[in-house]
Amino acid sequence: MLLLIKRIIKWGVKGFIRNGWLSVATISVMTFTLIVIATLLMLNIVASAVLKNIQEKIDISVYFKQEAKEEDILIVKSQLEKLTEVKEVEYVSQEEALRRFKEKHKDNPYLIEGLQELEENPLEASLNIKAQQPSQYETISKFLEGIYYQNIIDKIDYRQNKEIIDKLSSIITNIKLVGLILTGVLILIVVLVTFNAIRIAIYSSREEIKIMKLVGASDWFIRSQFIVEGVIYGFISSLSTLAILYPVFWFFSPKLSRFLPIEDFFSYFHSNIWAFLIILLAISIGLGIGSSLLAIRKYLKT
Amino acid sequence: MIQFKKVTKVYPLNSDYTIALENITFNIKKGEFVSIVGQSGAGKTTLLRLILKEEEPTDGLIIVDGQNLKEIKFKELPYYRRKIGVVFQDYKLLPDKTAYENIVFAMEAAGKTDEEIKRDVPEILDLIGLTHRAHHFPSQLSGGEKQRVAIGRALANCPNVLIADEPTGNLDPLHTWDIVRLLHKINEMGTTVILATHDREIINTIGKRVITLDKGRLIRDEERGKYVV
Repeated sequence: MLLLIKRIIKWGVKGFIRNGWLSVATISVMTFTLIVIATLLMLNIVASAVLKNIQEKIDISVYFKQEAKEEDILIVKSQLEKLTEVKEVEYVSQEEALRRFKEKHKDNPYLIEGLQELEENPLEASLNIKAQQPSQYETISKFLEGIYYQNIIDKIDYRQNKEIIDKLSSIITNIKLVGLILTGVLILIVVLVTFNAIRIAIYSSREEIKIMKLVGASDWFIRSQFIVEGVIYGFISSLSTLAILYPVFWFFSPKLSRFLPIEDFFSYFHSNIWAFLIILLAISIGLGIGSSLLAIRKYLKT
Repeated sequence: MIQFKKVTKVYPLNSDYTIALENITFNIKKGEFVSIVGQSGAGKTTLLRLILKEEEPTDGLIIVDGQNLKEIKFKELPYYRRKIGVVFQDYKLLPDKTAYENIVFAMEAAGKTDEEIKRDVPEILDLIGLTHRAHHFPSQLSGGEKQRVAIGRALANCPNVLIADEPTGNLDPLHTWDIVRLLHKINEMGTTVILATHDREIINTIGKRVITLDKGRLIRDEERGKYVV
């Protein structure tokens, strides 16, 4: 058995090497398709990260009247935190609000001067509420309208942003859906292209396969040699894909971070590089073996 | 060794049909050297294909080495074919493998061990006279050399019968005689040899048994035959 495997590998490797340019062409096609899949994967990740980032920026702000007591506000806070729809609630006291305002507008001397003219802190305390999903703000808002502490609430900032939040919600859902469909279609195309490339390679060996059968080789003996070639194709194209994508991602990462609200994209790629390699290897070797098996059936049937 | 009993092969062609072989009966004994002659289209190749079970007879019985061909299942075909050495007019060598590897491959396909291969292949190369060209690819060999590799490959698994289908068809006279001499040598070593050819010269010179086919019928079967048109 071991001898058989040794022989199959021997002929598979020799066949691969002696095919020369055909092997190069097949690997190029497979590498290209893998790059497409890998890029799609990364784009999906980036899109999710961008969407998540945008979602984080959506929130409801509840502003409390000047005379509201802090302990009451904190009771409201704890009530909100009990809701399953609420992800987190941040309490911004009046002092904190003033500090943030000054920080935000520190380059605007007129505003700062104007503020100093006032005796009291004009800013209100607030609770910033973040929901688990954008679609849940409606529920949270309704909750707020019905609580006991209605009287201390001055303004709920959700109303003004409702339209934007709803629009963003549906855009996000649509993007995710379109993204999924697009990825599915492209992966299908990519699989077909790879299968075709391997089919061509095996087609060019059809005479050899016939002769092997005539000489008395069993179907599996013949098949396995081409499977070995398929594995080699997959392995080499995975490595080439990574070799190409690594510098490309490294180069484009800072540019991406500049106009998309995400963190360092390359470092995410780099830290997960082993996972990437394994996924790539699994896909490409799987494609290589599957395509070889399928493509050779025609020539083994006699 | 090889028995044909009332074998007929008909090929359907649209609404018509072609009779490739009609009612062929003969018996080839172990160790014989038999030539099958006839013009192109007489049925020689069909006959050989039937022995190899590349085709099945429309009617009749074929028994090779005691085995009724009809009883051989599709799965068992590789095992059957390994017992027969075949040489073709177009050599049918594996183009991406050297002469040496072509012979090795045939042995590996039959499941021979590395020791057997290491022992036998040099002997075969010596027999066919290609020891010094063993590591060349078919594209680098002459027609005669290619045919000798094909014969070497056919012998690799010590078959009981060697079938040669127009082995000298693509060769010049000098190489033709080389091949015929080689086949003769192989026959003297005990292998049954069946040679299909339409080369008159060869037949008339060898002077062994000749089975003559014409338009699918067996018209002559002589022990010391001559090719008479």
